[in-house]
Parts: sequence; C-alpha cells; structure tokens
Amino acid sequence: MITLILLIFSLAFVLFLLPRKLKGYQAIFISFLLLAVFGWLAGKIKLVSAGSTESEAVDWLPQLGLNIGFLLDGLSLSFALLVSGIGVLVFLYAHSYMKSYEGTTKFFFYLLLFSGSMLGLVLSSNLIQLFVFWEFTTILSFFLISFFHEKEESRKAAFQSLVITFVGGLAMLAGILLLGSQVGSYELNDWIAGAGTIKQSKLYLPGLLLILGGVFTKSAQFPFHFWLPGAMQAPAPVSAYLHSATMVKAGVFLLMRLSPVLGGTPEWTSIVPMIGVLTMLIGSYFAITQTDLKAILAYTTINALGVLVLLLGINTAPSVKAAVLFLFIHAFYKASLFMVAGFIEKKTGTRDLNRLGGLMKSFPITFVITLLALLSMAGLPPMLGFLGKELIYEAKVQSPGFASLIFIFGFISNVFMFAVAMRILFKVFFGKPVNSFSVPINKKFFFVFGPGLLILLSLILGLSPNLLGKEIIEPAATVVFAQKVNVELALWHGFNLVLLLSAITVVVGSVLSYVLIKNRSVEEKWDRLNKRLFPVNLPHVFTRLIESFVTLSKRKTQFLQHGYHRYYILTVVVFTAALLWLQLILTRGWDFTLSLTLQPFYISGLLLVIVIATVYTTITSSRTRAIISMGVVGYGIALLFLYYSAVDLAITQILSETLIVVMFVLILQRLPFFAQLSRKSSKLRDLAIALVFGGAMTVVSLMAINVNFSSPISEFFMANSYKKAFGENVVNVILVDFRALDTMGEVTVLVIAAMGVAALFKSKTLKK
Amino acid sequence: MEILLAVIVGVLYAAGVYMLLRRSIVKFIIGIIFMSNATNLLVFLSAGLVQGSPAFVNDTTVDTAHLADPTPQALVLTAIVIGLGMVVFILALKYKYFEITGTDDLDQLKQTDTHP
Repeated sequence: MITLILLIFSLAFVLFLLPRKLKGYQAIFISFLLLAVFGWLAGKIKLVSAGSTESEAVDWLPQLGLNIGFLLDGLSLSFALLVSGIGVLVFLYAHSYMKSYEGTTKFFFYLLLFSGSMLGLVLSSNLIQLFVFWEFTTILSFFLISFFHEKEESRKAAFQSLVITFVGGLAMLAGILLLGSQVGSYELNDWIAGAGTIKQSKLYLPGLLLILGGVFTKSAQFPFHFWLPGAMQAPAPVSAYLHSATMVKAGVFLLMRLSPVLGGTPEWTSIVPMIGVLTMLIGSYFAITQTDLKAILAYTTINALGVLVLLLGINTAPSVKAAVLFLFIHAFYKASLFMVAGFIEKKTGTRDLNRLGGLMKSFPITFVITLLALLSMAGLPPMLGFLGKELIYEAKVQSPGFASLIFIFGFISNVFMFAVAMRILFKVFFGKPVNSFSVPINKKFFFVFGPGLLILLSLILGLSPNLLGKEIIEPAATVVFAQKVNVELALWHGFNLVLLLSAITVVVGSVLSYVLIKNRSVEEKWDRLNKRLFPVNLPHVFTRLIESFVTLSKRKTQFLQHGYHRYYILTVVVFTAALLWLQLILTRGWDFTLSLTLQPFYISGLLLVIVIATVYTTITSSRTRAIISMGVVGYGIALLFLYYSAVDLAITQILSETLIVVMFVLILQRLPFFAQLSRKSSKLRDLAIALVFGGAMTVVSLMAINVNFSSPISEFFMANSYKKAFGENVVNVILVDFRALDTMGEVTVLVIAAMGVAALFKSKTLKK
Repeated sequence: MEILLAVIVGVLYAAGVYMLLRRSIVKFIIGIIFMSNATNLLVFLSAGLVQGSPAFVNDTTVDTAHLADPTPQALVLTAIVIGLGMVVFILALKYKYFEITGTDDLDQLKQTDTHP
C-alpha cells in the first residue's frame, strides 16, 4: 500500500514531463492507473470479506511513537474502492470536459495528487498520518476550487473552504493529541484497544468535540455547511469527485473509523445526531428553492452528509448498516448527477433551471441517466436509493433516544428531496426548449460513460443488492460497529410500515413538486420568504469575520509598530523598570551592612560635581555646554576609578572621554541647535520614568555589592599573572594575555567602526 | 561611600533614560554615553571598592586578598573602548543623516524614504 501511494504521488510529477503529443491523453493514462489500483483493491475483497485484514508499517519517528502505517480492512477497502473507482470515471469524464481549458496538466496533477491523498487518508492506520493526508486533501481542494482563478468568486470560495476546513483540521489534530495522550499512542489499534480508557478519561469530551470540529467542517455540517455550495465554483469533475463522492466524505469516514473508540456514549448519541438532523433538514430545505443546478446538487449533498452523520450518531446495527449502504448510493447518484450537470452546462452555457428546458429530445441518453439518478436520489424503486431510504427509515424507527423527532424530520427531509428530484427532472428535460446550444460538442462518449456506468451499477445493485451487501457492506459495517453486523439486503421488504412511509413520501413530494413546477411565482415567493426568515447569510458573515480580523491585526500592528522611536524605547524602559522592581520586591532580603558616610569628603565633593554636571547636561539648551558638562561627568568617573584602585580604567576613561568630546565638537558645528521639541507634559512623564528606572538601578547596584560569588577566576589571574605571563599589572595581563582573543575581537569592532566612520564621511551625499 | 556611588549609578541611568527619550538625535547620543558610563560604574561597583591597592603583583606577592579584583576592571575596560567605538560611529551616522535630511528630529525618522 505504501508503494501504491508513493507511486501515485510520483506519477503525478511525471505528468509535467510528458511530451506534448501525449499531453492530450494524460487523463486517460491516469484512469488506467486508477483502474489498476481499483483492480488490485477489488482483488482483496474476498480476503477482507472473509474477515482478515492487511496492514503495513514503516518506522517514521519511532522516538515519538509515529509510524507510517496502512490498514486494509472492510471500512478502508470500501472507501478506497469508491475513491479509485469513481476516480477512473471522473478522469475519463475530465478528459473530455477539460479539453477547452488552459493549464490542464496542472489540473490533472492536483486531481491525481488528490486521489493519492484520499487513498492515503482512508488507508491510514496512524491518526497523525491520517491528519497529514487530511490536510493534503484540504490544500488540494483549495487549488482545485480556484482552478478558474481569474474569477473573483472562485478565489473567494476557495479561500473560504480552505480556512473553514483548515481550522477544523487543526481542531481535529488537537483532539487527536489530547486523546492520544490518554492511551500513549496514535495507532488506531491502540485506540480501539484503549477505548474504555479514552471514554472514561476527563479529556474525552473536549477531545471528542475537537475531533468532531474536524469532521463537521470537512463534511459540511451545520453551521459550516456553507462552504460547499461556494465550492461549486470548481470545474464539474472536481465537484463530482471531491465535493460529492470523496473528500466531503472524509469527515464521515473519520466518524466511522473512530466510532468504535468514541461512539456509543451519551455525548456521542446526542451531539452527533443533532448536528446530523439539522444539516439534513437545512440541506433539503434550501435545495428546493435554488435555481442553480449545481447549487441544488450541493445542498442535496449537504442533506446526504447530514443523513450519514445522523445515522452514525444513532449508532445501532441497522443505522450503521444503512450508513455504509447510503455512502455508496449517494456516491453513485451524486457523482453522476454532477457529471451530467457539467455536461448540460457545457452544452447549453447555463446552469440556471429557469433557462433550461426540453432537453429530452436532444439528449435522450443523458435524460435516461438523469432520470435513473434522480430516482435513486428520490428513493424510488428499482434503484439502490430506494433500498437505502427503506433502510434509513428502518434505522430511524428503531433508533433509541429522541426517535420520534428524528423520524419526523427524516420524513420531511425525504419529501423535500423527492420534490427536488422531480423539479430538476421536469425543469431540465421537459417543457418547451428555451435555448439554443452555444457549444457544439461532438465527442461526448466520455461525458456519458462515467455517469452511465455508475447509474447502471446503481440499477443492477438495486435489483440484486446482495452483490454489494455481503462482500463490501457487511465487512465495513462490522468494522464501524465493532461487532458482527449481518447484512441481508433485498429490494422488496414486503408490505410494512416502512413501505407505507415511502408511499406517503412520494405522494406528498409529488404534490409539492407539482406546485413548484406549475407555478414559478411560488418558488420565487418561497425564496423571498426564506431570505426574510433566515436573514443571516453565512458566507457574508464569514467574509466579514475575516475582514474584521484583518482590520484588527492591522490596527494592532499600527498600535505596536507606530514608528515613533522614543515610544519604542519608552516601552522597553517601562517594562524593564517594572520587571526590575517586581523582582526586587519579590527578592527583598537585602541586608545592608553598609553605612552611609560622607568620608572622605573630597570623594563626596566629586560625586556632587558629577551629579550637578549630569543634571546640567540634561537641562541646558546649549549644545556646547551640554557636551562640556558631559565631559565633566566622564572625567569625574575617571577620577573615581583612579581613587578606587583602577588605574587602567582611569587612563582609558580619560582617553575615550577626550576623544568623544573632540569628536562631538568637530561634528557639532555641522549640527543644528537644540530645538525645543518636547512639550512640558511629556518631559515630566519622561522624567518620572527615568527616576523610576534610575531608582531601580540604584537598588540593584546596592544589592550587587552584597552578592559575592567566590572569585576563583580572579585568584587564578592574580596567582599566575607574574609567574606565567610575566606581567605585574594583572588587568593588563588579562587583556593582552589571558583573554587576548577577546581583545582581538574588541580591536576588530573598533576597526569596523572606524571603517564605517570613514565610509560615512568619504561617501558623497546624494542630495536631492 | 558605596551608597553614594549607587545613587550616582541611579542618577546616571535616570539621566541616560531621560536623554534617550528626547526627540533630538544629539541628546539621544548623549543619553547613550550616560547609559554606558552608568553600566561601567555598576559593574565596577559590584566588585566592591578597594582603596589604593591596584591589582599589581610580582614574585614576592603572597597575599592577594586585599588587592582590587582585576576581572571586573578588565571587563569595564573593554566596555569603555567598545562604547567609544559605538559612540563615534553613531556620531558619524548622525552627521550623514543630518546632511541628507536636514533634521534633528527623531519623529521625522518614521519614514524610511529620505525627505525631498
């Protein structure tokens, strides 16, 4: 399996190397590749349905307990079959569909990478690895939605779906890490083995919520559902592949995968079905009034995803069985409907239901395919969809908890779905033909091949459902439910409550669709009513949220990066002073053994001079006086050094102070006079800050005197200065001998500074 | 006397900070000099004050305990020299800056472009 994924990924890059002549057939090549994958997987069906699994693992970061692991069991096999099988058909379809566009190589590159990532996702047995593939699909979905990137809506929609699914993905990662810490592993096996520990831990609920965040964003559950209709900006093959059959099912897949670990608790059976029901209702309700063909399909997809989540939330044997079956049903009819929608748009140049009509005569084959697909969607015999609907009704009837509510909502949603299906059928294929065909397409074999095959499958499986049931549904359901689930499927269940329900659904749905189709004003009024009833436009809310976030960070940056040099310094000083005082107060315990004395008086006098000179420097308005008094301070410090046994320091200080003053005086004649720039209030503020900071430094230096570390370094220097380095002045010996390399560095600094100064003075000024 | 010296350190730091917060670049440079002097004094002071016994040794010296600690002195000496280099460089920079922009006001430094 590892080789399989690697092969797909590397072949995607090979696409760019294909010679020009072969470029036109790249989609065909990829289809064959995926067909081979499908064949390989199909060969494993026997093995898996017999109850065994296949797994592979390679060390990745064993220190962190991370391995690359792949697992082929009932669940991953059914998803992988869907991904590769529908992939084959989508690529064939895309071969025809994408012909008229630029940049197809890039498109197929992304799409193939997506297939590989999706396969990787469903086959992963390590949850971190699953997350990596999960994010791959998110990013690739972004590129695929924005394929028509010249259009603003495409870019917006791509960004929207990226942000939503990405944030969800991060939440999911956090959830995985939280729960992984409970069992000390990210391996699926360990999680299943430690399910009890996880469910009992305190982190169960937060972990569950975080993981559900990933699931619900990816699978377009309420209130994140709105990105999916937006994603319809993508080319039709992408919609058919990512946004109906595979990627949006990734969330559902994760629910199924983790259902043995996290499922069955009161939290699970209340949160998950609730969101599922809401999503289901919203999807079907809003599908009814849409006029864009792809938008209708998007909302029905939301409905289907809601149903899947609801079923998994109910978490009983019949519901799990129904969920797995419905997964296939939906993939079959929705992928084909999207492909048909793309075909119709290509042919007629529009997706608007009200501008379409009477296409039955022109496209008889397409009509038959759509009819059968819509029958499956509406849940009518003899399609597989009928079977699914019966099973779903059954699961809802038998569901524990708030069964009656779920049941009623399920009924309403089914009525809507039926009406939607009929509406599409009549609006597009019946009525008077209203348009002329804008783009004549001659080669249309691949346009109908994919959807045709899927619908044929749907029909055959509807008639003899056990072809699918025993071999694929049962092993998958068994994995999800973690117990043996018996799957016996039959189209005809006999006369029972469920059949009666189906009949009522059809009758009510027919009436509803009849009203809608006959009278266009009803549809418009309803749409207006909806806009008044639900005034919150989620995509707009999202856009505004993002915009206000950008504004906020802009303001924050302007606040922090204001460009005023002195306020930067002010911030630094204030915080330093505050932290210093805080630490001083926390430490306390200073024991002053020192006594205040003014002896010897000449030093006290010197200090007084220094203070006066310092203060004078700060307040004088004359540059010359400022510099001279600054020099006085420097020389005063030199005298202090001299008095307290630091001869070399005194010499250095005098030399450097002299140089500084000379430099200042030299430059001063070229500089302006001091201008009165600051107001009095800011001067007072600065003074206060300066005093607080200076006070802190005084206390710090007092404490520093009392801190006496043992001084082995100095002792070493003193002992060896004369014996080893033959120098009497220890300070000098340290500089030129013991620490000669440091002095070398210092000299280098001076040289660089001198070169800088020379460069600055020599270079000619470019005056404007 | 240590207490008085500590007060001096505080005064120098306060003056340095006050000057750093001015808008005039020349005052800013003076502030840097004050800060560097204050820091030198702080390091020097923390070693303890010793009168009239510089760290001079020869082969007859046995007792070194009463001598001034040479390590902080070496550190401060390096700091003084580096401080000199830095101040001179800043002064040259300031000179060039004024020549081009014709202003001494730090608030005019908000833009990265030179003024026309």
